[in-house]
Amino acid sequence: MSTSTSHDGGSHGSVKSYVMGLILSIVLTVIPFGMVMNGGFDETAVIVTIVIMAVLQVLLQLILFMHMNLKTQEGRDSGSFVFFTAVILTLIIGGTVWIMYHLNINLM
Amino acid sequence: MATDTMTNQHVAAHGGHEEHHDMTGLKMYGFWIYLMSDLIIFGSLFATYAVLHNGTAGGPTSKELFELDFVLIETFLLLFSSFTYGMAVLAMNKDRLAQVKGWLAVTFLFGAGFVGMEIYEFHHLIQEGFGPDRSGFLSSFFGLVGTHGLHVSFGLLWMLVMFIQLFTKGLTEKTRPRILCLSLFWHFLDIVWICVFTFVYLMGVL
Repeated sequence: MSTSTSHDGGSHGSVKSYVMGLILSIVLTVIPFGMVMNGGFDETAVIVTIVIMAVLQVLLQLILFMHMNLKTQEGRDSGSFVFFTAVILTLIIGGTVWIMYHLNINLM
Repeated sequence: MATDTMTNQHVAAHGGHEEHHDMTGLKMYGFWIYLMSDLIIFGSLFATYAVLHNGTAGGPTSKELFELDFVLIETFLLLFSSFTYGMAVLAMNKDRLAQVKGWLAVTFLFGAGFVGMEIYEFHHLIQEGFGPDRSGFLSSFFGLVGTHGLHVSFGLLWMLVMFIQLFTKGLTEKTRPRILCLSLFWHFLDIVWICVFTFVYLMGVL
């Protein structure tokens, strides 16, 4: 294949972007782990924090590892499909938990 | 999602190459559609787990069972393997076949370590009498985490096949898109694991 791979565009990743993704992922894993292991924090605060950090890490890896972007046509194509799936997932998971929770309250 | 090399080729090229570029993009798009349908499966399993989490039927709760230190090591094995696979793709973009093989080998070892630890964990639980037949909670736990582990195992199998193809065919217009699709699959499994780590393990011991 051709040797001129110099113009490595941002959307295809570079050593720098992968290292950054790795370091940030480690931070976003260790902080929630430390909070849960330590105890001593308010439970609601812990739940909110670890969920936010999980969402951040998912977005981070989608962008830095899976190269999701809105700049190229290909990125927008797969990106809109990911968004559509996220909506479906919200309906499936949110709907299930909502219905089953109330069923539990009314039948117990 | 096409490789950089593919793009260059298409710039440098006569008309015929444009087709290959488009084909890679199309294959990657198709693979995204597969991944998202797979995500629906995981979403359903997460929903099932959320509903059955408290259905312990007098058996152990998640708080009594989970060992977070062990799970943290599993998490790091998968995270590092995701990173080393990224390095393999970068090496492929630079046409360095030996490096691609090297990084894939490292990725395989991390992935195999992860699967090994999970098998140990499952075996340990079943030995203690806390298998998937013990309670609704354990059924959904084994269902969710087991499905993820099965995916990782098939990813490892795919990686072995890619090894063979890299040795016999090298980096060609056929093997490159396969390596890229496997990279998407592998990163996707790491992303699913972040959710397992947070919603099953971390929240399970709160």
